[in-house]
Amino acid sequence: MSTPTASKTLSTISKDGLWDNNPALVQLLGLCPLLAVTGTVVNAMGLALATMIVLVGSNMAVSMVRNFVPDAVRLPAFVMIIASYVTCTELLMQAYTYELYTVLGIFIPLIVTNCVILGRAEAFAAKNPIIPSAVDGLMMSLGFAVVLILLGALREIIGQGTLFSNMELLFGEQAIHWKIEIIKDYPNFLFAILPPGAFVGLGLLIAVKNVIDDKIKTRKQGQTQDVAAGSKRVRVTGKIS
Amino acid sequence: MNLLNISSPHATRSGNTGNVMLTVLLALIPGIITLSYFFGPGHLIQICIASATAIGCEALVLHLRKKPIGFYLKDYSALLTAVLLAISLPPYAPYWVTMVATLFAIVIAKHLYGGLGQNPFNPAMVGFALVLVSFPVEMTTSWSAPSALLENGIGVAQALEIIFSSRETIDAITMATPLDLYKNQVEIATASEIYQNPLFNGPNQEASIALGWQWVNVAFLLGGAFLLWKKIFTWHVPVSLLLSLSLLSIFIGWDSDSYVPISLHLFAGATMLGAFFIATDPVTASTTPLGKLIYGAGIGVLIYIIRTWGSYPDAVAFAVLLMNFAAPLIDQYSQPRTYGHKKAVRGLAKKD
Repeated sequence: MSTPTASKTLSTISKDGLWDNNPALVQLLGLCPLLAVTGTVVNAMGLALATMIVLVGSNMAVSMVRNFVPDAVRLPAFVMIIASYVTCTELLMQAYTYELYTVLGIFIPLIVTNCVILGRAEAFAAKNPIIPSAVDGLMMSLGFAVVLILLGALREIIGQGTLFSNMELLFGEQAIHWKIEIIKDYPNFLFAILPPGAFVGLGLLIAVKNVIDDKIKTRKQGQTQDVAAGSKRVRVTGKIS
Repeated sequence: MNLLNISSPHATRSGNTGNVMLTVLLALIPGIITLSYFFGPGHLIQICIASATAIGCEALVLHLRKKPIGFYLKDYSALLTAVLLAISLPPYAPYWVTMVATLFAIVIAKHLYGGLGQNPFNPAMVGFALVLVSFPVEMTTSWSAPSALLENGIGVAQALEIIFSSRETIDAITMATPLDLYKNQVEIATASEIYQNPLFNGPNQEASIALGWQWVNVAFLLGGAFLLWKKIFTWHVPVSLLLSLSLLSIFIGWDSDSYVPISLHLFAGATMLGAFFIATDPVTASTTPLGKLIYGAGIGVLIYIIRTWGSYPDAVAFAVLLMNFAAPLIDQYSQPRTYGHKKAVRGLAKKD
């Protein structure tokens, strides 16, 4: 349990969380809140912030206790840690952003069951020291947040024709005027506001990511693929790995 | 004597997809003419909008998928999807409703699943269901009254104005569909009271069927019979669909004072269009003979259930989509006996 795996550098951890192993686009974890609350940008941001607090906190805490928790009881212990962080976040939201808390409703307490968080505790924080764990938590939740906010923006524009509506729920009075009406007199496109729109939207985002990955791959291959490794009857001038 | 030795398949006509699609389009013409005669030029305008959008989207997606554009456009499947969608939509729906529905049908429902032949759901009905869920107001208030009930009828200019720019004059020409009207009134009125409504009577005669709609359905029935004669599809799906719908409306809805009667179930709304042109789509329907019977009967039952206890005005789209889900499973368990074998192999082999 406590044998540290080959320690990754902080930059690979960051790249993993943000792109290569993005929790929402690649691992497809935490889909329930992802699909349920991304109707608008402000909802998505609220959930992303709450998840970030919980994920960074729980990753650090799990990493700190990783050498003292016996294998047999590690899951209950991790869930206890996560649940206490979720409770703290919930109380904080009740205190400072009460309206947003009522909008997000059940999905704040449900962060406890978000697979991203337990997954990172088990797969990373339980095997790594505290600083990499904190960075991993931060980057994973940032990757999650980017997808949440993108999806929220997409669904808000297509669904209601606005962007950044109701931002005052999160940022206070000065945010009332942040709302941008992209199309005047837009008839609400209910499909994008309802959950099916989230499924289609997430599918399209995943497709875009795959296209970008393919492009990167072919470009890399194009640079190095002068001579295929292991091929015969080739006049070798360069180095074949 | 020389006998010709020709190996199978013994096809008697070319199985060209484009020809099949064109035959189906041809069979739709009587229905479209009747629709336009009774409900004004709205449907024709919608067909133009939908066709243009469909061909544009099809070409664009084919280009993105690096497929030969001309070759695939010539199978006319996009055009058929567009026409089916346009005649299912309310005739005076705003142009963007039609465009969104067509775009979704072609891009998401058809090409994202791999194009013609790969789509698990009927593209036209996916587009229809999308706009029905997304724009409930536009979709329920854009049905026109039969022209016979309007003082001046509906001119092309007025239709164009309603569809493309202002919807201010639309209240003058719209009316609930007969099915919707009957369903909503039957809770508070008897059948003979409901039939007083001009939607059923027509200007001066007594009738218990929907004005205009019955001839539209007859026209689609004729078109369907033509396709059956041309062997574009087999009798299984339409017959079992109409049979199950009729049986349910006879046994559950025998009392026309509390349920919609069979005459309206069969000859008002999109029943015949659905039975002959939409449920028979060879890509998304079941393919075995027994499977087709089950598939059609399932659609009939779902149409009755959704029309009677659901809140949507018509049910063909949702019924067809729900049975599309079930079609692969039905196929799996309804394989016919292969020639030379004693028993059909159904489902997967039992594991010990």
